[in-house]
Amino acid sequence: MDQLLLNPGFPLLSTLIFLPLAGIIPLLAVKNDSFSRCWALAVTTAVAVLSLLLVTGFDTSTVKFQFAEHHSWVRSLNINYVIGVDGISILLIILTTLIMPLCVLASWSYIKTRISTFMICLLIMETAMLGVFAALDFVLFYILWEAMLIPMYLLIGIWGGPRKIYASVKFFLYTLAGSILMLVGIIWLYKANHYSFYIPDMMWADYSFGHQILLFLAFFLAFAIKVPMFPFHTWLPAAHVEAPTAGSVILASILLKMGTYGFLRFALPITPAATVYLMPYVLWLSIAGIIYGGLTALAQHDMKKLIAYSSVGHMGFVTLGIFVLNVQGIEGSILQMINHGVTTGALFLCVGMIYERTHSRELSSATGIGKFMPVYVTFLAFFSLSSFGFPGTNSFVGEFMILVGAFKTNVLFKHNIALGLAAIPGAVLAAAYMLRMLQKIVWGGTANPDQSWLTDLNMREIVTLAPFLFFVFWIGLGPQSFINLMHSSVVNLLDQFHTHQGQAVAAAELILR
Amino acid sequence: MLFLPELTLLGSGLIIFLVSLGKAESDTVKNIALGLGACILIAAVMGLRQQGDLFFNAYRVDLFSQVFKFLVAASMLAVLIFGRKLASVKQDVHAEYYLFLFSGVLGMMMLVSSVDLLAIFVSLELSSFAVYIMVPMRDDTGAIKFQMEAGVKYLLFGVMATSIMLFGMSYIYGLTGSTHLPVIVKALSSFSHQPAAVAAVAMVLAGFFYKLAIFPFHFWVPDIYEGAANETTAFISSVPKLAAVALLIRLVNLAGVDQGQTLLNLLKVCAVLSMFYGNLSALVQKDLKRMLGFSGIAHAGFVLLGLLTMQANGYANALYYIMGYVVMNLACFLVICSVAKDGENILIEDLSGLHKRSPLLAITLAVGLFALAGIPPFVGFMGKFYILVGALKQDYILLVTLAAINTAIAIYYYLSVVRVTYCSNPAQQETVEPRMLTTVTALILLTIIVAMGVQPQRFIDFAQAAIQSIM
Repeated sequence: MDQLLLNPGFPLLSTLIFLPLAGIIPLLAVKNDSFSRCWALAVTTAVAVLSLLLVTGFDTSTVKFQFAEHHSWVRSLNINYVIGVDGISILLIILTTLIMPLCVLASWSYIKTRISTFMICLLIMETAMLGVFAALDFVLFYILWEAMLIPMYLLIGIWGGPRKIYASVKFFLYTLAGSILMLVGIIWLYKANHYSFYIPDMMWADYSFGHQILLFLAFFLAFAIKVPMFPFHTWLPAAHVEAPTAGSVILASILLKMGTYGFLRFALPITPAATVYLMPYVLWLSIAGIIYGGLTALAQHDMKKLIAYSSVGHMGFVTLGIFVLNVQGIEGSILQMINHGVTTGALFLCVGMIYERTHSRELSSATGIGKFMPVYVTFLAFFSLSSFGFPGTNSFVGEFMILVGAFKTNVLFKHNIALGLAAIPGAVLAAAYMLRMLQKIVWGGTANPDQSWLTDLNMREIVTLAPFLFFVFWIGLGPQSFINLMHSSVVNLLDQFHTHQGQAVAAAELILR
Repeated sequence: MLFLPELTLLGSGLIIFLVSLGKAESDTVKNIALGLGACILIAAVMGLRQQGDLFFNAYRVDLFSQVFKFLVAASMLAVLIFGRKLASVKQDVHAEYYLFLFSGVLGMMMLVSSVDLLAIFVSLELSSFAVYIMVPMRDDTGAIKFQMEAGVKYLLFGVMATSIMLFGMSYIYGLTGSTHLPVIVKALSSFSHQPAAVAAVAMVLAGFFYKLAIFPFHFWVPDIYEGAANETTAFISSVPKLAAVALLIRLVNLAGVDQGQTLLNLLKVCAVLSMFYGNLSALVQKDLKRMLGFSGIAHAGFVLLGLLTMQANGYANALYYIMGYVVMNLACFLVICSVAKDGENILIEDLSGLHKRSPLLAITLAVGLFALAGIPPFVGFMGKFYILVGALKQDYILLVTLAAINTAIAIYYYLSVVRVTYCSNPAQQETVEPRMLTTVTALILLTIIVAMGVQPQRFIDFAQAAIQSIM
């Protein structure tokens, strides 16, 4: 338990996790629509405000898990309720809590049927997502990881678009099938770890090389599907396109991050040898994802699909940064996770706002609206610039750090220059498809449909988008405060990794010989 | 006092018999049956802490048997409550229907206490024959004859399984010279290299594999599930399985006699094939009862996986699993019985838009199916998890992987039912309003499904205590 800094007083983290769950009780009793909206907004806002206490109380000098809580849960299997945050998870938790109220706002008029059920799904999602990022017991993690599928399935399946059935079932099956082998891995670890599911004990435990490879593959399948990495991405465009706006935002901003978070939290520390051994494959898959995502996005006529494929590319950068295994790469990756959450979440909101007006996601039906919706296109322009990493915006910092990490001389990976060069076209492609979309939406051409009936954003919509813009520039211009939060945890992760990779490299060489 | 639950059942059967002689209204009969069911449950609860031997040690009353009696009584009461309509059973045989139901349950209760081969056989036959008759009691006015086919199939398969079992028992008696289980376990260990002993044990187990619907003794399942009235299927799919698991826990020890592990390997193959067969066949079903039947075969495979760890912990896991399975299964059948107004079979597409027609039933079905699929935080997940952990402790890594893959296969067909209930609009607009008691039962089942999934410790402790009492 020495990796935990137990929280003696008020159980802040548990409150954050379970407040949304407790918040569904009034929704079950009262079926009033406007009450449901206001109540869900109140609960998620309360969680967001409370979560700021995590940041103010966070100690950046320690690498231990802070705000930790430890309670016995299932004695006979030694499953405990252990939660805590470190530099890797804190930003993701804050991202989750801050995005949820905005999701409620975005659904204010978008969702017209069964509103209380919708809000219940959102609140359950919030509990599960926060729990996944905070869990330090593998069973707790797995339960929340899987339990999340049900509300997300309902969000897509009930309030989704025309092909919602196909999309929701595909999402569910893909994710569940991917994580099922992880369950076997978890149980194996339980046995190897002296019958304990406590995650910090499993880290750096130096399991044998063969076992590490199998474990890594089990983890990889689960996480790569969630990220999603090329070629496991096919559920993503379907799910994104059919989901309601709030669902798309949650998927893009938070759910995808669970895959990359999983790599950082589990794959690297538990299977360092396998990570080193399989790193080249993962890196080239990331490059494939970046290029493939970019090229496919360039060909899309459906705005949501375009952004969905751009996600594949952006998440490729994130996995690239993780698996170059140096400080710049990993810090850039964590930052890029946040950036992608902010930017892509905002872009999905923007598309949702157009959709609410025109009831179409086709790029051709949204052309030339700059004249009639000036506020809207201003927001859209900033988010698009951010999406392709324009200097001064958040994504620039993240992608820049990742590329620095990729180019850096790497003892484990000889082709660092080729890797960096291969990633560059991704950044250019991003500019191409985003600018293409922006150009069409703002100006269009001579064949624009009549858009003069469109009304510009109302106050609620501006309030929804403004926080995203704020973070775009805050991270873009002053990333240091964010990097400070994660720095010691990342350095510690890599220190540990390098001590344990010695055996790993030796083992790998032995196998190769 | 030791025999109280059984006596109550016997008395209930007699009362129903008397009622059946007169010309009582169907409603009166139902109310009487319901009241008697409640009495039986109370008797089972009162008997929970009893201990002792009866009938020249052929009949043992211990925590293990009493727990099973309680489970049997509770699930029977649930079936009585939500199956109150009996719409597809002829009006004039309602009293007889209950009579056979009670005698069947009496057989099952006696079965879980029997520790002598003769007692086992007699109570097994009592339970089987009563249920054989219940199947064809479905109304045939609509010129539907498939219940007759189902009844005959059930009878023929059942008799065959029983005769195999009887044959095995004769071998065991021939080898050990005793019909008393504790004596047999001791005596059989000296025959560990005899193929006869292995064959005998395998044949005895086969009889119970039939009840539990384990591959390759599953052939009766789909047709009987489809052919019997909804209420009868609800009963057949839950209560006899409890009794079968109880007996398997007592008997599977015998499989340990075989040092060459042929028997164990055989059981492993049965478990895996049950899972694959059940899940793959369920994928293409259109009739909800058939689908649940195939899913039951897959779940039986999981129970067997728990049993063949040959450890007290594994048995406790199997007990926990079957408890959970019965609750989830009852939740699904509660919905089937409530939705089928005239007792017709329910196709999956008949459930479309159930969330609008009855929100409570929709959520009951969704939770029941997600639980069966093994999605946390419901009991199905915890049950599977316990079983997998127990199996991996024995280093059955291949089995665990195959079982895990099965979970992924299974999710598709469960999900497609949830999809119909939640994501499509009702084809017919009529609402379904379950009766008060059914609503309460649904809520209780939901609570148990969640409670067993979130706080499994109490239930596992309970299961372990029960297993300890027979070890």
